[in-house]
Amino acid sequence: MMKRDECLKVLARHRAGEIVVPVYKAAQEWIHISPSDLNYTFTGAMGQGSSHALGLALGRPDRRVIALDGDGSLLMNLGTLVTIATAAPKNLIHCVCENGTYETNGAVPVPGAGRFSFTALARATGYPRTYEFSDLEDWEREVGRILKEEGPIFVTLKVEPGELYPEDFRRLYSIEYREAFRQALQRG
Amino acid sequence: MGDVETKDRIRAADIVKELKRAGIRFVIAVPDRTTSERLLKPMLRDPDFTVVQVCKEDEGVSICSGLHCTGHRALLLIQYTGLLDSINALRGVAVEGQNPVCMMVGLLGKEPGVPPTGSKRYGLRIVEPILDAMGIDHDLIESFGDAAKIAPAIEDAYARSQPVVLLIGREPV
Repeated sequence: MMKRDECLKVLARHRAGEIVVPVYKAAQEWIHISPSDLNYTFTGAMGQGSSHALGLALGRPDRRVIALDGDGSLLMNLGTLVTIATAAPKNLIHCVCENGTYETNGAVPVPGAGRFSFTALARATGYPRTYEFSDLEDWEREVGRILKEEGPIFVTLKVEPGELYPEDFRRLYSIEYREAFRQALQRG
Repeated sequence: MGDVETKDRIRAADIVKELKRAGIRFVIAVPDRTTSERLLKPMLRDPDFTVVQVCKEDEGVSICSGLHCTGHRALLLIQYTGLLDSINALRGVAVEGQNPVCMMVGLLGKEPGVPPTGSKRYGLRIVEPILDAMGIDHDLIESFGDAAKIAPAIEDAYARSQPVVLLIGREPV
């Protein structure tokens, strides 16, 4: 099991201009770990992160898009796996931070925690490349290569809470930051 | 079906023409019997549209929003039941998120010529009051002249960065 913030710091070290769409706890941490105008945190409703990411990936096939989903969020929108696998954007990397709980909503366990595999679900729906990591050194060793592969790619990251970061939902859903994102995207 | 009735009905070709005039190039869809034959199936064959079929309508609200951020205009083509199922996404993503999500929503089972609020079907009667309560603009597209409402409604949605719902009152011809 990896500390989530440590896992995200590894990803941040390998980030090279990708759009990143994080949700909930990953979003609260990511905006501090890898601040950038290309962070898209304006997902608006639980479960929707990967769908926003798909829209971004389809609209900008020249940019790579990384979704940092949560397990509770993905369970709320499981059909997204079929939709993404069918649309098959080559520039989309769909990660799920699997911690087994609705961490933002009281750390109550998600249904079926530990009894099924998101990686297997993604593989079954047709993601051509799927990965699973629970060890930080393995993640560090492989992430650079995975980020360069043709998508859609699915990555399960087995995580647990690490360092505490401040919660700021107003920042995550800010229209001003969204406009900064749009302008940054228009520039390059 | 008499000639007079057919002449008064909205034409699918006019709807498609107006969507193209409004710059719609992506169509995100869940099939609806009101629009599948005359709109969705032709769109799937039309090289001017990229159609993304989704499993559930709220996915489409978010895909349209992501596309908007990349500078593309999109249409979410669904049934009214899917609209009702997507209320929270419309609340958070479209209205509060100020995203111009443009929806074309089939009113399956609505009686021809009867306003949705006057339908015998409960599910149809509540659509417009819910949209009003959410502050979402909507237009009824049912008769021949109604196609002219489409492009201006979409332009207005993008100008205000707010969603709009185009309610398809009966199957186009």
